[in-house]
Amino acid sequence: MENSQHASLQASELSCFRDERLLFSDLSFTLHPGEVLLLEGANGSGKTSLLRILCGFREADAGDIYWCGSKIAESSYYNDMAYVGHADGTKKELTVLENLKFAMALGSAGKYDIEQALDKVQLAGFDDNPVHTLSAGQKRRLSLARLLITHNLLWILDEPFTSLDRQGIKLIESLMAEHLAQGGMAVLTSHHDLSMADLNLKRIHLQACQ
Amino acid sequence: MPIIQAFWAIIRRDLLLAFRRRAEMANPLFFFVLVVTLFPLAVGAQPNLLRAMAPGVIWVSALLAALLSLDGLFRSDFEDGSLEQMLLSPHALSILVLGKIIAHWLVTGLPLLLVAPLLAVFLGLPEQAMGTLWLTLILATPLLSLIGAIGVALTVGLRRGGMLLSLLVLPLYVPVLIFASGAVDRAASGLPVNAQLNILLAMLLSALVLVPLPTAAALKMSVN
Repeated sequence: MENSQHASLQASELSCFRDERLLFSDLSFTLHPGEVLLLEGANGSGKTSLLRILCGFREADAGDIYWCGSKIAESSYYNDMAYVGHADGTKKELTVLENLKFAMALGSAGKYDIEQALDKVQLAGFDDNPVHTLSAGQKRRLSLARLLITHNLLWILDEPFTSLDRQGIKLIESLMAEHLAQGGMAVLTSHHDLSMADLNLKRIHLQACQ
Repeated sequence: MPIIQAFWAIIRRDLLLAFRRRAEMANPLFFFVLVVTLFPLAVGAQPNLLRAMAPGVIWVSALLAALLSLDGLFRSDFEDGSLEQMLLSPHALSILVLGKIIAHWLVTGLPLLLVAPLLAVFLGLPEQAMGTLWLTLILATPLLSLIGAIGVALTVGLRRGGMLLSLLVLPLYVPVLIFASGAVDRAASGLPVNAQLNILLAMLLSALVLVPLPTAAALKMSVN
């Protein structure tokens, strides 16, 4: 993570409409290495929409997003970010190993190799299991393993704790703490409050404007 | 180069997926064989009529089989979030899309190519037209996958895109059908077919270059 010191994610005056309804407007924030941004708000308040805008799937109705000072389309943004959304992004007919190998081919190699990453998310020994035989929590851990095997500075996570048990949540929190300590950043939505006290946490509370 | 690795990885993954879902994947081929074999039963034992109809019957069935297989091109990737991951890849989406189209052709077009001569014999297509039938299939089945990809990319985000997909894609398939079956027809009567084959080749080459970019753009729109 050679350039992680200078990396920053900056959103300036974002607004988003959905079906003629204003979800948020004039939303600005800056995220530096080692920081995590937690998006809070009721269902339908625009958390997922904001994440999808940050991923570039949606265009913001106003405002821009900058990565390391330049607009995301003109920067190395897609080389430096990883997203885990509601949909796992894994193929249920393929095995754990095949899925991770494909994820690796789409990005560039990261901190860990596949073996170590599976060990980290406690899926060691599941290499050759087709994904449809895994439980919901195991699938979630598999999609999070993708974060470890590819190069990335910014994690964008949509409800990463869904269907994880208490131990799984602790596990992901510790992986996130490690990522942040190494100069990474994270943006996430969660109904579960992050329990780590030493986290450099920013919060944005989204309230659907009526 | 990483982009080439990603390109091969996507082809390999899609072929592997097709192998794991082989029952589903054999559907278009089965459809193709079924339609062609039903024709003689419906038309009756009239060898001359069948021989005259053979190019058209084979090509219409191939086209419908291709149409039947199209929806699967991006559907499952769209539903399980793999498409989102491809969009976020630092590699050009159009190259990844081209990989997917090639894999789709290998799974759906290539088997037609292997079965078609057998069915042509079955319908009594003259021997001198066999080579041309093969050539038109080689040139035009990839074209069907390529043209279809744009339609699928546009409709994959819709809940009931099936009807719309046919409406979008069929008119674009018509020129392919005309030139391909026309070529086989002419070859059966011993006429030269260079013009038709050249036009098909030109269409294939332009589609190879022109299809991936709008397909990638349409996919980005569909994921929105």
